Amino acid sequence: MSEGTPVIELEGIEKVYAQGEVVHRALRGVSLRIDAGDFVAIVGPSGSGKSTLMNSIGCLDTPSRGSYRLAGHDVSKLNSDERALVRNRLLGFVFQGFNLLARTTALENVELPLVYRGISSQERALRAARALTLVGLRERLRNTPAQLSGGQQQRVAIARALVTEPKVLLADEPTGNLDSKTTEEILALLQWLNRERGLTIVMVTHEPDVAACTKRIVTVRDGLIVSDERLPHPRQAGVDAPEHALKSGPTGGRPS
Amino acid sequence: MIWMAMRLALFSLMRNKIRALLTVLGILIGVAAVVASSAIGAGAKERIESQFASLGVNVIMVFPGASAAGGARGAAGSGSGLTEDDARAILVEVPTVSAAAPTLTASAQLVAGGRNWSTRVYGTTPDYFRVRSWNTTDGAPFTESDMRTSAKVCVVGTTIVRELFGGENALGSSLRVGRMPCTIVGILETKGQSGFGQDQDDIVVVPMSTFRTRVARRPGREVGQVMVSARDPAVTSHAEASITTLLRQRHRLVGADENDFTVRNMADVVKSFDAQRAAITTLLLVVASISLLVGGIGVMNIMLVSVTERTREIGIRLAIGARARDILAQFLVEAVVLAAIGGLAGLGLGAGASYIVGKTTEWKVSLQAETALLAVLVSGGIGVVFGFFPARRAARLDPIVALRHE
Ligand SMILES: Nc1ncnc2c1ncn2[C@@H]1O[C@H](COP(=O)(O)OP(=O)(O)OP(=O)(O)O)[C@@H](O)[C@H]1O
Ligand SMILES: [Mg+2]
Repeated sequence: MSEGTPVIELEGIEKVYAQGEVVHRALRGVSLRIDAGDFVAIVGPSGSGKSTLMNSIGCLDTPSRGSYRLAGHDVSKLNSDERALVRNRLLGFVFQGFNLLARTTALENVELPLVYRGISSQERALRAARALTLVGLRERLRNTPAQLSGGQQQRVAIARALVTEPKVLLADEPTGNLDSKTTEEILALLQWLNRERGLTIVMVTHEPDVAACTKRIVTVRDGLIVSDERLPHPRQAGVDAPEHALKSGPTGGRPS
Repeated sequence: MIWMAMRLALFSLMRNKIRALLTVLGILIGVAAVVASSAIGAGAKERIESQFASLGVNVIMVFPGASAAGGARGAAGSGSGLTEDDARAILVEVPTVSAAAPTLTASAQLVAGGRNWSTRVYGTTPDYFRVRSWNTTDGAPFTESDMRTSAKVCVVGTTIVRELFGGENALGSSLRVGRMPCTIVGILETKGQSGFGQDQDDIVVVPMSTFRTRVARRPGREVGQVMVSARDPAVTSHAEASITTLLRQRHRLVGADENDFTVRNMADVVKSFDAQRAAITTLLLVVASISLLVGGIGVMNIMLVSVTERTREIGIRLAIGARARDILAQFLVEAVVLAAIGGLAGLGLGAGASYIVGKTTEWKVSLQAETALLAVLVSGGIGVVFGFFPARRAARLDPIVALRHE
């Protein structure tokens, strides 16, 4: 997909949570366009609706009102099976808590999205190994999450999100559980994927430092977008750790 | 996909072996009970059917004495007993009867060629062989003229031939029955064990008159029982009614007088045994069903726990593209695998138990392939039925809620 093509087009998205008598409007008319190859940070105070917005973008949820086009398809009125298909084909998720399957190897974790595509086990293992190599875990295929550091676990999660070759990578506070050094490593990896692989990334974060590494910052408050600014000069992550990130990561060349 | 789900199911069950074992215990016991009870029940049925075959459905037994609940009782000779003349009258006056053999029995010591053997001796008429459709393989049964002369002759079963004559050259040999020396005139074909575990070939048959005067010294006309053969299985109950009427006349019973004899037909006897067998089998099946039900509820319970424990896993799977039906299949397969393992273990236990019963008792057991298949299918079915509700609960989880679950 060439740069400049819209991948995500939100138009007047609203999300209303009704709990008995109490009605909560978590999103109150959000319109947002994100083009291919962009790297967007969504920021805002707690409870402003960032995660709700991400869930809508991620087709984990349907908005109460508004239209949503993802890679040209109208996805605002899909049923749950169709949304599952969209998540499997077009989207990749990275969560704050890594969300890997315990007692399951890195390789098997990464294979999981392909299982639901009905891909043969040989092909799955091949692609999963390739994705893990891409995030610098070529040596850790057989390790279970318990045998991996937080940063490595998050890399496995990123590999799992990438193995399906999604149009967009969605990350809700991917560095929230990591120390500053590991945060830099993960950010460097995301920047590299965005720059070298042209991957479109949308990331929710609390930390200004993290948001500064992206190309565009969207600020949400009380369920509305209150500012949307482009960063002419994103900060390059991994000033004191880029060697490590690049050594164990993508230096092996572009996997075919 | 199914294979993957099976592997996943086995894997998650292996994580909690003790829990899985306890869960399937109900199914295990239930299936074992079904398998064992039907194996033993089928064995009993075969046994009863072989009884039919060895006695014949058209055989009617007449005993002296009134019938008591559960069976014919009354000592021979008590009251106005049953006589040889009654037997004769039955044969002559009831047209649906083809043979009637009065019998007396006693146990006796046999001696031949320095060897001893103790057995039962029957005093009867040549009709006995007809009623029991029992042929001689060597020689011939004694005759009416042997009866008249109280001849010192006997017909023996193959067990006697084996025990006293080493299995050969018995015909024409001499044998002492109690104090009476007699000649073997016929050897009966082998019948084998009766359904009740008796050796039917361990028998000596002598003419009634010989029995009364030389073997047991029972003068008079009274007999222990009369074995009657109806012309046809279809007329058995008709013959039974005619015999009752005839004997009431002969014994001068009128109005409400109770019968002083009992008429039973073999089919009834077999039926009553069969009814007992069926009742026991039914009881066992009820116990087994309750056990299976409890087992099923156990499976459901553990699957619900498993769904709760693995809510986050379900959330992850949904987020990366599993459809509701994939989750449903995963948990359903797990429940079925769990239940089927219980079923297979129960099948093994039940088969083992029936094998041991067959080895240590005289009961015949027979494990049917259909039973085994049914047991496994039923336990799999229990997995489907009781696994469905938990699996559906898992499949209906909202991905966002599931992902947030701690
Ligand atoms: N399932 C729900 N039912 C009712 N209210 C909800 C639900 N999910 C979210 N909300 C409400 O919607 C609002 C937005 O929540 P959201 O999780 O999007 O905030 P957030 O910006 O991600 O906050 P944080 O930075 O703390 O993660 C909050 O007030 C929250 O209480
Ligand atoms: Mg949030």
